[in-house]
Amino acid sequence: MNPRHLAYWIAAAVLVGLPVVYNQPYHLHVMVLILIWSFAYTSWSVMGRFGLVSLGHGGFMGVGAYVTALLWNHFGLTPWVGIPVALVCAGLLALIVAYPCFRFRITGHYFALVTLALSGIVLQVITATRNQTGGSLGYTPERTKGNAIAALQFVDKETWYLIALGVWALGIAIWYWIDRSMIRYAMEAISEDEDAAAAAGINVTLEKLKITVLSAVMTALAGALYCQYQMFISPDTVSGISVSLQMVFAAVVGGIYVAFGPTVGAVITILLAEGLRIGFGTKAVGWDNLVYGVLLVVFIIFLPKGILGSLLARMKPSGKH
Amino acid sequence: MLEIFDVYLAEAIISGILLGGVLALLALGLNLIFGVIDVTWICYAELIMLGMYALYYFYSVYGLPMWVAAPACIALVAVLGLLLHYIVIEPLLDAAPINQLLATGGVLFFLQSFATVAFGIDFRNLGIRLPVLALGEMHFSYARLLAFGAALAGMVIVYLFMTRTYIGTAIRAISQDRQIMALMGVDTKRLYLVTSAIGGALAGLAACLLVLQYDVHPFVGLSFGPITFLICVLGGLGNFIGGFVAAFLFAQIISLGGLYSDLEWGYVLAFAFFIVMMFIRPAGLLARRP
Repeated sequence: MNPRHLAYWIAAAVLVGLPVVYNQPYHLHVMVLILIWSFAYTSWSVMGRFGLVSLGHGGFMGVGAYVTALLWNHFGLTPWVGIPVALVCAGLLALIVAYPCFRFRITGHYFALVTLALSGIVLQVITATRNQTGGSLGYTPERTKGNAIAALQFVDKETWYLIALGVWALGIAIWYWIDRSMIRYAMEAISEDEDAAAAAGINVTLEKLKITVLSAVMTALAGALYCQYQMFISPDTVSGISVSLQMVFAAVVGGIYVAFGPTVGAVITILLAEGLRIGFGTKAVGWDNLVYGVLLVVFIIFLPKGILGSLLARMKPSGKH
Repeated sequence: MLEIFDVYLAEAIISGILLGGVLALLALGLNLIFGVIDVTWICYAELIMLGMYALYYFYSVYGLPMWVAAPACIALVAVLGLLLHYIVIEPLLDAAPINQLLATGGVLFFLQSFATVAFGIDFRNLGIRLPVLALGEMHFSYARLLAFGAALAGMVIVYLFMTRTYIGTAIRAISQDRQIMALMGVDTKRLYLVTSAIGGALAGLAACLLVLQYDVHPFVGLSFGPITFLICVLGGLGNFIGGFVAAFLFAQIISLGGLYSDLEWGYVLAFAFFIVMMFIRPAGLLARRP
C-alpha cells in the first residue's frame, strides 16, 4: 500500500468517524449540505468535463426531488422504491432530449440552450401543476408515523451525514471509474473532433448518451436526497435555470477536470453563502450571488481550470498541462 | 356560446401578434450580437431588467419627462452593452465558446444580485395605466399596441442601419467572414464595440416597452430571458429573419396555450414545441437541410 492510498484511507476514516467525536448540529447540517451539493456538482462535471455543457441539470434535480416526494405523498410509495423510479424518470428524460441532440449533432451553444429549455420546461411544469406539486410555494413530503428507515426520514444529523458521505464517495468513485475507462478516451476524442472520432470507430452518439444519462441519473439522486434531507423542496431550490447555473458555477470554480474540483467548489460556495448569512443576516440577501457572479467571470477569464485544477497543475509542472 | 369563444380566440391571436412584436425585438438584439461577435449573452434579459429599473428611476423617482427618460434609458443600456463587451467578452474572444457563455452567466448572477442589493426585491412599476382599446368585444391595452409599434420601428431602423450605412455594411461583412475582414484592414475591435452598443440599445428599447406593461423586480429577466434564447435558437442563431418568424410562432403558442389553459402551460407548450423543432430543424427554422 503506497503512501497515497494510505492518505486516502486515513481521510476516509476521519470523515466517517467525524460525527462520533464532533456532532454540533449546525456544523453537521452544513457538512451534509456540502456533501449533497458536491455530489450534484460532481454529477454535472462528469459530462461537463468533456465539453458537454448542460444548463438543464436543474431539471434533472427537480425530477429527482419531485418524483420521489410526489410518489410518497400521493401513493405512499417508500423512497426506497420512489428514488429508483425518479432516477429512471430522469434517465428517460435525459434520453429523450439528448438522443436527438446528439443524433443531429447539436453541440456547443446549441446544446447548452436546448438543455436550458429543458430546465425551463421542468420549472414551468412544476409551477403549472400547482394542485399536485404546490407550485412555487414549495412542497413538503409528509412526515412518517411509522418506520423511519422505510420512509427514509431521519431526525438525527449523524445518519444523514453518513448517507450523504456515502453517496458523495460514490460520486467520486464514478468519476474515477470514468477517468480510467474507455469512455473517457472516447469522449475526449469526441470533444476534440467529432468527425475524426467517428472515423476512428467511436460511436459518437452512443458514448455521449451514456455519459449524459449517467450524469442525469446522478443529479436526480442528488435531488432526491436533498428532498429527503431538507423535507422541503421548491422549484427555486431544486429546479430551474438558476440551480443549473449554480451547478455550473460551483463546478467551474472548483475545477471541472479534477475529481475533487466540484467538491472544492461546493465547499467554497456554501461556506461563502452561510458565512454571509450569519455575518450579515438578511442584509446579506443577494451579496453571495453578487460575489459568485464576479468570481465566475474572473475564474473563466483568468483561471479556467478552477482553483483545485490550477493548484494541482502548479504542483506537478511536468504534467501534461 | 360559440361566438363568445371565437371572440376570445381572435383576442388571443391578436395578443399573440402583439407579444410577437416585442419578442422579435428581444431576439433581434441577441441575434445581432451572436451573428456578428459569435457570443451568446446569457445575461441579455438582465440588461433589459436594469433598463427597466433605469426608466423607473428616471421617470417615477427623478420625475424626468418620458421623452428624456426613454432615450436616456436606451443610452444607458447601450453603454452597459459596450462595457459588457469590453470587460468580459473581449478577453475571452479566443476562448472556447462555452467559456464565453458561462462568463456571461456569471454576469447574469452579478446583475441579478446587484439589482437585489441596490433596489431591493419589491415589485416596482411606473404607475402609468394606459387606456384600453375596445374593438368590438376584444380589448387591447395601448401599452401593448405601443410596444408592438415601437418594436417594429426599432427593427426597421436597425435594418436600415445595417443595409444603408457604411458601418452597417461592415458589420454584415464581418458576420460572414471574421478572419478576412481583419486582413482587409477593418478594425474588428471597433466594429464589435459598435455592435455591442447597438445590441445594448435594442435591450434598452425593449426595457422601455416592457416596463410599460410589467412590474420590474430583480428576477424579471428570468421570465422572458429563456424564451428569448429559445426564439433565437429556433430561428437559427444569428439568422434575423428566422428569429423574426420564430418570435411570432412562439408568441402565438404562448397566447393560444394560455387561452385554453394556464399561462404556464402556454410556456410548457412553447418549450416542448422548441425541443421538437430542434430535432426537425436543428440549424433553425429557415435553415436548409445539409
